Amino acid sequence: MAKKIVKKKSKTKKINGFAIQFMPYSEIKNAGSTERIRKILDIAFTNSILILQGRLKPEEETRLIEDTMAMIGHVKSFKGIELAVISPHENQSPIEKFKYKIATKLSGADLGAITIIGPATIVREIKQDPRKIELLLTK
Amino acid sequence: MAIKSFAELFKKFISNVFKNKKDIKLGFYGPPNAGKTSLANRICKDFTGEEIGSVSKIPHETRNVQFKEKVEISYKGKSMTFKMIDTPGITTKVDYEEFLKYKVKKKEAKSRAKEATQGIIESIKWLDDMDLVVIVLDSTENPYNQVNITIIGNLVARKIPVLIVANKADLRKAKIKKIEEAFPEYEVIGISAKYGKNLDNFYEAVFKLSKKIK
Repeated sequence: MAKKIVKKKSKTKKINGFAIQFMPYSEIKNAGSTERIRKILDIAFTNSILILQGRLKPEEETRLIEDTMAMIGHVKSFKGIELAVISPHENQSPIEKFKYKIATKLSGADLGAITIIGPATIVREIKQDPRKIELLLTK
Repeated sequence: MAIKSFAELFKKFISNVFKNKKDIKLGFYGPPNAGKTSLANRICKDFTGEEIGSVSKIPHETRNVQFKEKVEISYKGKSMTFKMIDTPGITTKVDYEEFLKYKVKKKEAKSRAKEATQGIIESIKWLDDMDLVVIVLDSTENPYNQVNITIIGNLVARKIPVLIVANKADLRKAKIKKIEEAFPEYEVIGISAKYGKNLDNFYEAVFKLSKKIK
């Protein structure tokens, strides 16, 4: 019996040392842009994949790219991140989109969206289309 | 009251006259290896006889923002002068080991990676200064890339007119429709910068879009 288990294990490809963290939007709601990006990058540095409720503002997303670039070469074995956002309004009709925009304005954030950020050492690629996100991990 | 509004109108008129005299800053943005420099080179060569930068199969060949001043584009009897700004490809990751696949030596690969990261930061900084932006995408690649969406989102927030170019349309794998579906709110022009295919439509779109510059 034990032999069988060993055999099965040897066939499985191992991915060492990563975790998945979920962060509700409330965690960053009151934080400024600098603080938000610092929190996100701190998670990426610990080899964790972050699933964030909501999304950053466009200018925060570019700031995240800038800060990521600044950290490559300064943080050991950090090669950057993979980033993807999936938002329900992509497939909505114009009326639904309008309603969604109002809801987003009222809540102060696009809470229906999900942002995935993973360190490039773990996440090789994020395949994205309007309906799904597929994470391809490094072997 | 009437004098005040007349003064404001006069001021607006004067500022518009001087604004029109300035060259339009036309930026080329997009992911690495999409053909930004190839397209900028094609335009510059057609209208000035000189290229803007070098082109390579190795990603991140352009690692500094490159300029070409006073590029006068003439199309169907109309003429406009542009300052062409070719930017390094924006991405969220840079790994020096990627360059080793192209037989680049380790030391050179590391230096190339460092320059590439600095180039991306420089590209983003330049977003604020553009009058009009051409997003160059590789039509053989998946357009649903967050970096593309992020750049366009930033341009929209800054009210900078955007034109999307689906480059490499000459290739069999090219899927221009997929790019059109991904960005339904924008005009998408399928071109081949390498062979100069469909550039007339591109110039027409640039001229049309330049009217939206604020």
